[in-house]
Amino acid sequence: MSPKSSDTQPAVIKVRNLVTHYGNRMILRGIDFDVADREIMVVMGGSGSGKSTLMRHLLGLETPTSGTIDVLGQDITRLNTVQKAELFKKVGVAFQSGALFSSLSVGENITLPLAEHTKLDRQTMDIMARMKLEIVDLAGFENLMPGELSGGMIKRAAMARAIIMDPKILFCDEPSAGLDPVVASALDDLILRLRDALDMSIVVVTHELESAFKIADRITVLDHGEILMVGTVDEIRNCDNSRVQNILHRRSEEQIVDPDEYLRRLMTGRTEQVTVA
Amino acid sequence: MAADPTRQGFFPGIADATERLGRSTTGVIELMGHWAVLLSESLYWIVMGPRLKQPVRANAAVQQMMEIGIFAVPIVALLSATIGLMLAMQGIHALSKFGAEDQVVYGVSLSIVREFAALITGILVAGRSGSALAARLSTMQINQEVDALQVMGINPVRFLVAPALIAIVIMIPALAFLANIVALLAAGVFVSVDLGISLAAYWNQVFDSVTLGDLWHGLTKAVIFAILITLIGVSNGASVTGGAEGVGRVTTRAVVQSIVAILVTDMLFVFITTR
Repeated sequence: MSPKSSDTQPAVIKVRNLVTHYGNRMILRGIDFDVADREIMVVMGGSGSGKSTLMRHLLGLETPTSGTIDVLGQDITRLNTVQKAELFKKVGVAFQSGALFSSLSVGENITLPLAEHTKLDRQTMDIMARMKLEIVDLAGFENLMPGELSGGMIKRAAMARAIIMDPKILFCDEPSAGLDPVVASALDDLILRLRDALDMSIVVVTHELESAFKIADRITVLDHGEILMVGTVDEIRNCDNSRVQNILHRRSEEQIVDPDEYLRRLMTGRTEQVTVA
Repeated sequence: MAADPTRQGFFPGIADATERLGRSTTGVIELMGHWAVLLSESLYWIVMGPRLKQPVRANAAVQQMMEIGIFAVPIVALLSATIGLMLAMQGIHALSKFGAEDQVVYGVSLSIVREFAALITGILVAGRSGSALAARLSTMQINQEVDALQVMGINPVRFLVAPALIAIVIMIPALAFLANIVALLAAGVFVSVDLGISLAAYWNQVFDSVTLGDLWHGLTKAVIFAILITLIGVSNGASVTGGAEGVGRVTTRAVVQSIVAILVTDMLFVFITTR
């Protein structure tokens, strides 16, 4: 399966041969990855698969060992801090923890990018904040402090802040992590609504299978720092790649060994629970 | 893997110790470099921010000035009064052995103005606000708030460090000045009661003993302590790893390092300015 985006839509993100190391450990092993305009791309993988590291690279928070990362036509590995700041005005990010500033009210959190990057007056900014809060179903909460919000509300407020500048790309890091299924499902609906309402591309990093299948146009499956497969929900569901299926069915590699390996384990006495492939 | 041949010599322990010393030295140099960059960047934003239409947040600085300065007034006053009283008691006790109790004002006032007011304020703010700064920044780092700032194109040094630096650099000398007055007053009360001299006579002796240069000596040290507390708090907060446990670790480390830095810098400053 090709990692490239469909030919009909231009790519807003193009990653080529991305390699990164932490010390001597290779974390990303030559990632090629595209996100098309108005596409919801879900990056999936287990813990340690490199999906969070990939996200940090896409956000310009880490510098890769080699490779290129084109975001909206600019290679962010070559941009200086000022150029990067300019580019990222067109990008919104909803972090896993929400990353709302505890000393600022919800409204102040949401208008912070406007206050920093525009010359709008306070009244206009407040109106825009209320509009975005309405989109994420948090109307009337602008005067509360982040500490007074529930987990789901924090994620919604983070989304409102991420879309306040009407970005071209929205990144969501584990949007449904730590939420109950009902709230998580509502957030998935919100992501779908945002794409349609604001006409943007969305990259979602998650390990929640149900959520991924519900919102994704395409899914990228990462494992041990490499892309196992990129495809639509149906392609991913029906693929015969055993490593992809292991991730989908939450089986660890330890549990599945080939028959020769199983025999070797029997002979060496290592007969812990395994399933023969 | 083959053993490192340099470890097989006659004194393998010396090789290890030398390596450790080398690593520590480069670590200290790296830290100093980091502090220098942090300080320069903070000063850059304080001076250039308004011209670049990206000023340092004044309300954040004022809020921190309240936390660091105004709310610390009672404890600074209490400790300063205690120090003033102790110095007066010890001074009279020591000088009485030579029959020179009347010289106590000279010793007490110089000790307070040149040394103790700045020192006690510095240590107090390090424990109270340096730790809070490290804890706040490390929590923000763990909660991805610092990442959020970077992605929003907001410089974290301008947004987080510069307001703290402004607040501490203004409030520590102000608190040290207050500590001077309270400590001298407390010492004066004890001296006037114990030696039977009037408070007016005591203050006259204080003004005769202490010059403006002595006051600047103390207040300049207070500014240096303020910069050290900020840099140590910020660098520890930014280097956090490992969740809530990490926050506790960097907070403790920030306080210990700040107090050590304050004492060592104080000693060096006194050595240099009294030669």
